[in-house]
Amino acid sequence: MSGEKTLRGKIEFAAVTKSYGRVVAVDTISLKLPAATYCCLLGPSGCGKTSTLRMLAGHEDVSSGDILLDDVNVTDLAPAQRGTAMMFQNYALFPHLSVAENIAFSLKMQGIGRAERREAAEPLLQMVELAAMADRLPAQLSGGQQQRVALARALMTRPAALLLDEPLSALDPFLRLRVRGELKRLQKSLGISFVHVTHTQDEALALADIVVLMNDGRIEQQGTAHDVFSHPRTAFVARFIGGHNVIAQGDSEVAVRADKVTLSRAGTGTMAQHAATIRDIEYGGMAYHVRLSDAHGRDYSCILQEGAFAQLGPIDGETLAMSWAESDAQPLEPAAN
Amino acid sequence: MRQKRSRSFYFMGLIFVAYVLFLYGPTLTILLLSFQGPTGGLTLPLQGLSLHWYHDLMLGHGLPNIRIALWNSARLGILVSVLTMVISVMAGLAFRRKFRGASLLLYAAIASLILPSIIVSLGIALEFSLANKLVMGGGDVLASRFGDGHGNFLANGIGMAGNWIEDHFQTLMGLFTSGLGAHLTWTLPFGLLIMFAVFNRFNPSYEEAARDLGATSWQTFRFVVLPLIAPAVIGVALLGFTLSWDEIARSSQAVGSANTLPLLLEGLTTTVTTPVIYALGTLTTLLSLAVIGLALTAFAMGQRRVRGAGKKA
Repeated sequence: MSGEKTLRGKIEFAAVTKSYGRVVAVDTISLKLPAATYCCLLGPSGCGKTSTLRMLAGHEDVSSGDILLDDVNVTDLAPAQRGTAMMFQNYALFPHLSVAENIAFSLKMQGIGRAERREAAEPLLQMVELAAMADRLPAQLSGGQQQRVALARALMTRPAALLLDEPLSALDPFLRLRVRGELKRLQKSLGISFVHVTHTQDEALALADIVVLMNDGRIEQQGTAHDVFSHPRTAFVARFIGGHNVIAQGDSEVAVRADKVTLSRAGTGTMAQHAATIRDIEYGGMAYHVRLSDAHGRDYSCILQEGAFAQLGPIDGETLAMSWAESDAQPLEPAAN
Repeated sequence: MRQKRSRSFYFMGLIFVAYVLFLYGPTLTILLLSFQGPTGGLTLPLQGLSLHWYHDLMLGHGLPNIRIALWNSARLGILVSVLTMVISVMAGLAFRRKFRGASLLLYAAIASLILPSIIVSLGIALEFSLANKLVMGGGDVLASRFGDGHGNFLANGIGMAGNWIEDHFQTLMGLFTSGLGAHLTWTLPFGLLIMFAVFNRFNPSYEEAARDLGATSWQTFRFVVLPLIAPAVIGVALLGFTLSWDEIARSSQAVGSANTLPLLLEGLTTTVTTPVIYALGTLTTLLSLAVIGLALTAFAMGQRRVRGAGKKA
């Protein structure tokens, strides 16, 4: 790759709101992404992440606020004039057009002739390794191949930002991992931004330069994947991102990672601790996964390495002391409402 | 090993056979009777087999009338078919967006399915005779006011128009005015309902994808929506044609002096007393089948072209 490549896809949301009548789907979100960022919009269904993506794409009107792409205000531009391209959740490949014609559809709309379109589609066909399938119809391809056609079709427009709506959800788990790696490599080599909507936290952690975790139309937390995972701001983030225990301490709550919790029968002197009963023990290969619950019915989990597990020899139904170092306890802000 | 069939199988089978007999029996009977021998009558048994009645039909004096009626039915059917197709697709697109009075408009269109056809036909005839009176009355007024030839250029022109109406105007009713309207009241609700069903299942992300790739609204329709709904659109056109082709009740009062094929056939059943009418019935049935066969063949060829595009790889 050339070192002189200009990075594209600087994205800015300035107090963007989307409301449908009285229902507010996206509530005054502000977000700045530098050029060539892999950003994951993460959150439970109905949190506003898809509306946010669709507003960026231009398929949804912005109720108030502004969206900028590479310092151009694109809020009121048509989808094709923004420098974005969208990959739809079901791929939305045109079933009556061949793979090559799907990929070159944007050129056809510009009035470019068939032979020239075919020529222009060739490098993209090569890139997604579908040159041999150029004349097939989408229905004659596997799910993974269809996904690559959708990708090539979107990249044909040379976007500064590629918008992906749950791009991996239709693939089987094995393929999902492989495609995940390919997406990341592609983004880096193209030097453009990818905005990827997902509800799966491990996808976001694995891919994103910046994770934007949304809840109830607001951005709950944004930052690098490492930031969000190791310093969850609220109990919602700690629960959604996984691998954390939310433990009440007096009036406030702290988050402690499941692998930073130790279990013991007597308690360990200087450390903070909490009594809980084992509900379930699961062997996970690398480690044991112990699920517990306390007298208030709150659930916890604890990951024990093989050695520690063998030493303790926990039994289902046994009540133990969970303890952790104060430095591992991440204080949580109380919920906004 | 064959499983033993239940008693309900035979019962249902019997009903099915009865249904098929009921559906195709009459047509087959007429087909058979059209080959009645020269001495045979309108009913079975056959007095030998012959082409006598077909020969008779070709010689018969009614033939020019039949040809005109056939031509009337065909061109009316084609026009109804095209209009039904175009209007239904456009209305189907329109109804995907919410607009004020959408449901009222829908009910108004569907109501025409529930009204008895003959009443609709009568109403149209009355409407047009009222309009005729208005035109003639207007012609009289214009002729008496301006027809004396002493006015200016404009007044003389109007007077001449009045005179022309008095001399030449007969009726606004006709095959392509009241007749066309009468048939559309019957075909449009069906076409509209079919397009509703089609667009209900239509995934809007195809259109979003097209727009995302720079297609204008027209390009989105032309290159994405239309190819995807094409089978249903052809279906609507065929349905429009067949509904128009065999419509009697709505034609009866509304086509004016022209005759359509069903009207002619109905007339013949009361006046003709020989199997020649069966020969005519058989020929028109064959023509209907040919039209449908032609349409289906064209459709199948279109499909093969699409599938063929995918097989070259």
